[in-house]
Formats: sequence, C-alpha cells, structure tokens
Amino acid sequence: MGTLPEIGEGLDGYRITGKLHSGGMGVLLTVEPAEDMGFPLVMKIPRLGYGEPAEAVVSYEVEQNVMSVLQGPHVPRYVGAGDLAVQPYIVMELVEGTCLKDWVERIPLPVEEVTRVGGAVATALRSLHQQEVVHLDVKPSNIILRPSGEAVFIDFGLAHHAHYPDLLAEESRAPMGSAPYISPEQVLGVRSDPRSDLFALGVMLYEFATGKLPFGAPTGPSGLRRRLHVDPIPPRAIRPEIPEWLQEVIFRLLEPDANRRYATAAQVAFDLTHPDQVTVTERGRRMKRAGLVTRFQRWFHAKGMEPAAVVRPSAQLANARIVLAAIATTHTNEALFQAQRDAVRRLLASDPESRLACVTVVRPSSVVGVETEDDVATTQAIKNLVILRNWAEPLQQPTSSISFHVLEGNDPAATVLGYARANAVDQIVIGAPPPDLPLRMLMGTFATKIAAEAPCTVTLVRPPAPGPD
Amino acid sequence: MKIALLADVHSNLEGLTACLEHAARQGADTHAFLGDLVGYGADPRAVLDRVMELAARGARVVRGNHDDAALDPAGDDGMNLSARRAAAWTREQLLPEHRAFLEALPFHDRVEGLYVVHGSASAPDKHVYVTDARSAAYSLQGTDGATWVACGHVHEQALYYTTGGSRPLNFKPVAGVAIPVPSRRQWLAIAGSVGQPRDGNTAACYAMLDLERAVMTFHRVPYDWDAAARKILAAGLPERLAIRLRTGE
Repeated sequence: MGTLPEIGEGLDGYRITGKLHSGGMGVLLTVEPAEDMGFPLVMKIPRLGYGEPAEAVVSYEVEQNVMSVLQGPHVPRYVGAGDLAVQPYIVMELVEGTCLKDWVERIPLPVEEVTRVGGAVATALRSLHQQEVVHLDVKPSNIILRPSGEAVFIDFGLAHHAHYPDLLAEESRAPMGSAPYISPEQVLGVRSDPRSDLFALGVMLYEFATGKLPFGAPTGPSGLRRRLHVDPIPPRAIRPEIPEWLQEVIFRLLEPDANRRYATAAQVAFDLTHPDQVTVTERGRRMKRAGLVTRFQRWFHAKGMEPAAVVRPSAQLANARIVLAAIATTHTNEALFQAQRDAVRRLLASDPESRLACVTVVRPSSVVGVETEDDVATTQAIKNLVILRNWAEPLQQPTSSISFHVLEGNDPAATVLGYARANAVDQIVIGAPPPDLPLRMLMGTFATKIAAEAPCTVTLVRPPAPGPD
Repeated sequence: MKIALLADVHSNLEGLTACLEHAARQGADTHAFLGDLVGYGADPRAVLDRVMELAARGARVVRGNHDDAALDPAGDDGMNLSARRAAAWTREQLLPEHRAFLEALPFHDRVEGLYVVHGSASAPDKHVYVTDARSAAYSLQGTDGATWVACGHVHEQALYYTTGGSRPLNFKPVAGVAIPVPSRRQWLAIAGSVGQPRDGNTAACYAMLDLERAVMTFHRVPYDWDAAARKILAAGLPERLAIRLRTGE
C-alpha cells in the first residue's frame, strides 16, 4: 500500500490540489482530473494497513461498491476508484453546501427549519431506498445540504445494498453505527431494514427540535439496548412551542418496533410538508414519559425482542405507496366519480399501507375586492373540500392514511404534476377524456398532459358505456 | 476473459440454446460446463453434440452424477425413480462417440483462479451437495486456494463468500446484477440449472464470470420450456419430468 500523495503530486491522472480533512478514518483531498468534468472533485483515501481495524478495508470496499451504482442528486457523483492492492481511493463530486453537523451548534432550531431539513432528508432517503440501499449511518455529520435545499448523503461505509453480498454482515455482530442515532434493530445486528434510517432521522429531528439527544450517547451494549424499551422525554415537555403534529412525527419515527414506524421515507416527507394532514394521536399529545408499569412491560418485551424479517428496500416501497386521485370537483359527474372510486378502492385493497391523497385544482380566485379576496378563496376551498370528502367517504379509508388538498392553479395538469413530483406520488388516478373526442382535441387535455408527463404510473378511468337498449 | 458457467443442462436443448445465445450477447469468450449434461430431458444426443463442439474449441467440461449414470447403471445409486428411468433411457440413446466423450471427462478442472466441479471440491467424484455454509466451507477448503469455485448439482443459484468470520455467508443473487467478486476473499457460486430450474421460475439459469474484472453476474433466461416438455412426453419419459419444466419446481 502506497504512502499518501502530497499536494501538487499526481495520482492515476488526478492532481492533488489541497487537503480538506484528515481524520481517523482517512484523508479527504481536493483533486483535479486531467480533463475538466464540470464539477469539483474530492478524493477520499481510507486509512488502511497495519494497526488499522480489518473492517476498515471492508468498509472501503462497501463504500466504493455502493457509490459506484448509486445515482441522483442525493449522493455525490461517483467518478472512479483506485486499486485496493496499490492505492485505494474514491474520487467523487465535492458537494458544495452546508454540513448538518454545523447546524448542531445552533440547536434547538426553529420548528420551520426542523421541518424543512427533515423533509429534505426524508426525500433523499426515499431516493436511496428506491435504489435498494440502506444507509445505516444517518446523522448530521453525514448529510450536506446543497444551496438548492436538497440533502446529500456522504459516507456509505456502513451501507447495505440488497443486490450485493453484505460484506459487513459478519463483522457487524457488534453493532456498527453512531451510538446516538443507531436503530434498535441495528443494535440487534439487522442490516437490511430501510426503516432503520427512518429511526435515525427521528433522532436527528428530536435533536434539532429540542437541543437534546433522545437516548443520549451511550458507549456500552447495555446503554445501546436501552432504546428498545425506554421512551424519550416528549419534545413538547422540553420545548412547549413544538407543535403536537411534529412530536407525533418524531415519536412515530422513534418507535422501537420498525413495524410501528412510517413504512417509507416518502410518507415521512409527505407528513413534514403537510402538517395539517398529520393525525395526532396520544404520541403527539404526551407531555410525560410512560409510567413505570408501561416501561417495565416494554423492557420485558424488549428482552425477547427478535427483529422482524425484512424484505428488499424497494419491496417495502412497493407496499406503502402514495396514490393521488385527481377529482374534478367543479364538474360533478357521478358515473365518473363512481368509476374513479372503484379504481382507487381496488388499488388500496391490495395494500393496506398505501396512502390516498385526494386532490382537486381550482382557479385562483378573481380579485373581487381586497377585503373579501381571502373570504372568497376560503369559501371556494371549503366548497371543494366538501365535495372531495364526500367523494372519498364510501372508501372508508382511516383518517391517518387519507388527505385532502384543494390546490390553486391556472393550469390544472401542471398543478397536479407539480404536486405529484413534490410528494413522490407513486400512482395518479384521473378521469379519461370522453371516448368520442377527436384526436386533435385530445391533445392538450388534462388527461393527456398528465399521462405524458407524470413521474409515475397513471390510471385513466372511464365509466362503462351504457349498454345497448 | 468472460467465462459462461453452465450447470445441470440435463438434456434440455431449448434451455441450452437460449443460454448460449444469451451468453454470446453478453460477450462470453468461453464456457465451462459444470456437470449433468444429460439425464431428465429428451435431447441427450443433440446437447452432447453441442457441448462436444464447444469443448473442441476450449470449453471446460466436468462430469456429474447423471453423466455417471448414463454410462453405468451402477451410477444411478441414490437417485429417485424418475431419474433412474431417465438414466436408463439416456443410456440407450447415446452413440459411441457420446459415451467416449463422457467417459473421458474429469471430475474437476481449473481455469486460472477458477475451480469448476459438479458438487463439492472436497470430493469431486462423490458429487456432494453444497446446501449450506458448512458444506460451502468444505468445498472452498478442498481447492488449494482457488479464488472462485463454480459448481452445480444444487439447482438454485447461490453465492457463498468468506468473511472475517468462521463460516462463509450465503447470498441469493439478483438476476442481471454484476457483483464484484475480488480475490481478497473466496467465492463459491452455484450457477443454477440450465435445464431444470427448481425455484418456481421457469427461466433457465446460468452465470458469467469476468476473470480480469473479477465480476460475476447471475442470469435468468426465458426459453421455450413447452417444447422441451412436449419432447419429454413424446419420448415416453416420466410425465413428472415434463411438469417440472412447466412449473419450474
């Protein structure tokens, strides 16, 4: 294994231009490639060799492998890697922005900031999980916020990719991860559950909102195991200005049993961007920790706790989808309403963890007069909301998994598409244009535009034609 | 060099043809046949003709228990009834050149860091099943330090790999994913069956190893199993053998 290159030297065609960081796990250097790639590069050189733990090599292999296949804006762009036998390194995009580690100095943060960063991290996690990767070391120092507000994960040295043999599986008999953030199932040795990342996100949101770590920073195995049965002090007991809905979200992320957490990161992002749609339960209202009896019951349960079997990260996503039903509330058409309801009912029946977003678009209210503008808008919104709710009533969907949105926009299709993109919708159900519409009129209809541009599957619903007399 | 690993062809010409075409599109330079060329299926002569042609051009071929049974009735020891009936039928079908080819086959072979065998490298001529971490460990220990062991006999695809721990770990490969298999550890690949898949998926199995890049890809190839099943019935072979191809079980 070679010695570390100096500034000004070259390595495999990269010129070393500076040193960013030198730490226990390795060195970060800024480098320039032979040909400009259009974005700045950083070279990460792991500290391997005599006296370093064996898992450092494995961790490097894992990171190189996972980074080489990940795509999208939520990971640094991967450029290349060095031969482990000669000089191991990974060259990637130098992500510009703020590391969330720097935010920890300012905690507790205003609720709006906690919500915004939580939504960004949840959206980034959705992208990872869709690509079959569980990060397993989500914490502020491993997340960078781009100036655009997008969250980027760095350091995939503990990650798990469902398509590749888990090289860290054997080494991980002792829990790996960062003590304050590690999930209960990771403590028990599970490395394949995407909901472990949601737990870590819950710890981060708790920390940002209250200024404290929910489970402290334990150092021994018994300290780590405490999170299986000890519930943290409710955030609202620390900072009463934290809204109930946010405490609900945080506590749902921190459920010791992964099955009681959110099923997907997309659902977390959805709740963080629609606080008014969060169903607040006892979790959100709680002002005290559980009593002794409850804690004993949890402790007893945790003693025998075996992690549940987990499936591939993307399989979990496939099972907890967000379905958007776009309902034309301004044109009441009972036959179409019924057909759309039937289509939605069949979609939801196959997957009890799905969520349904019922959406309608209204034109921005015309300005009648400055004083009454708000009133008109509110009246219009309520009127359409009533129709939406009435449309959904026969579905008998639990309130925690249905939401209603009256959106304003001059272009209904663009408005619905924007909503679907922002909320990681998995399927859109809309009414089809009439069957006898001439082709030239079909172009530019709401349905055609949605079908052409949607970021997901679109179901066009058409009520059955009346039979022959 | 990219080497296509084909196990348990079992006289299934349709399965073999589909896998060879797929491997050619993936840029295979050569082939290794991991035993059980015949048995169960209805095309022993055509399959052997094809394999002999590839062997003449450098393909490696090792012998499996069904190949033993096709040469000598004593070789069907421990087989179930339909396998024994198929073996007896196969013996009648083989021409002298097929017998000579099978008789000359080794029980194991080696291509650079790759060791090929039908069952376990711990006893190549005994056709021991590799079904768990313990049997995988025995097989890996039987190779005098090969980086990769490729075998068949068990019809479902699997990849075992050594770690810092005492036993190899088992990974269920996802079709079409190129898995890095660097020489820092040992890898045991079960290529899955070309001619009689048994995991509920009718598609034929094989794997490809890129020796230079140290990358292994497991593949599933849909083929005309209905034609293969109809030939089994037409040959008067047990109906169960045709049903297995139709259900992949």
